[in-house]
Amino acid sequence: MADFQLKIRRFDPESGEAAYWADYGVDLPPERSVLDGILQVKDREDASLAIRCSCRAAICGSCGVRINGKSALACNTRIGDAAERARNGAITVEPMGNMPVLKDLVTDMEAVHWKKVRRVVPWLLPAEEPPDNQEYIVPAEAMLDVTQAMACIHCGVCVSTCLSMEVDPDFIGPAALAKAYRFVGDPRDGEHEARLRDLAEDPHGIYDCTHCFACVEVCPKDVAPMDQIMRLRRRATADFEIKDSNNGYGHEKAFLNIVERWGTNHEAQLLPRSFGDGSLVKGQLSPDGAKQLTRELPTAFRGLRSGKVTPRKALLHPKLPDQRQVRRIFNEIESKDERLELNLYIVGETGADEEGAMAEGGQEA
Amino acid sequence: MRLAYWPGCVSRGFTPELHGSMAKVAPLLDLELVELDRANCCGAGVIAEHNQELVDTLNARTFAMAQRVDGAAGMMNICSTCQGAQSECQERLDASSEYRAAVNTHLQPEGLSYESGNYWWNKNFLWILAEEIGFETVGDRVKRPLEGLRIAPFYGCYIVRPTRRLGFDEHPGRDEYLDQLIEVLGAEPVEYAGARKCCGFPVITMNRTTSLRQAGRHVADAIDAGADCMVTPCPLCHLNLDMQQPAAARFVERDQLDLPVLHLPQMVGLALGLEPGELGMGKHVVSTRDVVHKVARLAAA
Repeated sequence: MADFQLKIRRFDPESGEAAYWADYGVDLPPERSVLDGILQVKDREDASLAIRCSCRAAICGSCGVRINGKSALACNTRIGDAAERARNGAITVEPMGNMPVLKDLVTDMEAVHWKKVRRVVPWLLPAEEPPDNQEYIVPAEAMLDVTQAMACIHCGVCVSTCLSMEVDPDFIGPAALAKAYRFVGDPRDGEHEARLRDLAEDPHGIYDCTHCFACVEVCPKDVAPMDQIMRLRRRATADFEIKDSNNGYGHEKAFLNIVERWGTNHEAQLLPRSFGDGSLVKGQLSPDGAKQLTRELPTAFRGLRSGKVTPRKALLHPKLPDQRQVRRIFNEIESKDERLELNLYIVGETGADEEGAMAEGGQEA
Repeated sequence: MRLAYWPGCVSRGFTPELHGSMAKVAPLLDLELVELDRANCCGAGVIAEHNQELVDTLNARTFAMAQRVDGAAGMMNICSTCQGAQSECQERLDASSEYRAAVNTHLQPEGLSYESGNYWWNKNFLWILAEEIGFETVGDRVKRPLEGLRIAPFYGCYIVRPTRRLGFDEHPGRDEYLDQLIEVLGAEPVEYAGARKCCGFPVITMNRTTSLRQAGRHVADAIDAGADCMVTPCPLCHLNLDMQQPAAARFVERDQLDLPVLHLPQMVGLALGLEPGELGMGKHVVSTRDVVHKVARLAAA
């Protein structure tokens, strides 16, 4: 047994008082969970402490909190480990971020998480009627691609940590977008393109993810929501060529075209090409592209004035000495009918040398 | 120490002061850098989003070139984004010999092949300083302790997450190195909320509001915490935090922000006795004048 200090964020809306920190001591073996610690406080010191929990085994997804600032399930975090990372000796426990607090450690999942999940139409929209009195039959391998997204337990821990949502509360967010991929990747669903078009055109959709890995880092079930968002982007651009008004398609095309042509990034052309679906001409001459470029002119001017960017550098970009090799690699791989992917979620990081590790996914449309 | 050196695209593009300052600093730390001048862009997450086999092949090509550098201890990069994008590919390439072989077939016409093994690594300059050179040695080389300078560390997402892929099991302190280094160089690390958050650069073309709110908020937080400047090991973060800083101010309801943002080798170079001019500190959008003045007042020990 050991003594641990818990510093818990308390808030009771009925008291009329602001949220405050309260200190508690608990007595537990280090391998027990932070949730066990919270429940001991509730049991021995203050029964009014509110926490939502049920299974205590990282299955029900109820006890999401922030421990020492990091979003996690309280039942899935050892109190001894948390104490090692604690600053000033006390483990801090706060309610999840990016959502309203109802009381103490209980947040309003309905106001943010469930609302966003419903936004992505979280049910199957079948391509055809099911066979009479039968279920749809899908080969198991056709579902492998979505097993990772299906592992989500809707605990909201990724939502809590999402850095994009922190500045844009309207961002659909990691959990809901992972859920969207669960259907976009499902061969039985008949609305892949419509779903993708919707999420690509929404300014708070798939192109509002800043690729910060925060959700990947905290997910207790290894769903890697950001990876699912990248899969949505891959499908939207490569499979359906959805030219969205957020420049998502343009940015990806611009980047690829530049690296294929020069081997390294030519930043001066990335912006104008991004605004023109990958085309330099369209980016500069189309009304929308020109408008967006004009908005960037002050930044470009500041770059020139500081000497970071010279007119020569902006116009001329050297090719790599053996750029034809890079171009050849692009041609070889982009001309394949099937994408070769290694999914480490399915095979594990060390067990990949087994059969079936590699999937060759067909391309749609 | 001899290293295969991947400078990245941005350090030779819009942040030439990064590449230049690294070249000045390396000999002072006994680093012999063999530049991979035929290597290609790491993909910065964008090529990975498009096609996994393509990005893995492009980075396997870079790794294979690095592995052919005679006597190199490993490969060094100077960009958090290169670190993250390349670590992602290396993780897949190392996990499956079958997948690696498939990727290597695309490198064969060039006579290249990426060989997997625990002996080979690719590390950001920050990790090289902490793990290969050692902070004690770095401290011994300091000629001008940056006393009185308050520096806000900004790590860049790609170098701190996901921890499992980025070797935190073996090196759990990797998300503290920048703070520690600031102290080793005699300056004071500034605590503020944004040190390990996102600069917003990846969505600057797709959602300018989200992007500049992120950049603006971190700069504003660092200013409020009393920072004289920021330092980052990532040139992409630098683009959003420095180049876009004047534009970011209005997204966080400020008239102006005005916080200089240093590249990691610039900060190290100042402490090792190099002059601001040699380190390209005139090539910033947000003037580094106040930092330069403070440093000038510090007597070289």
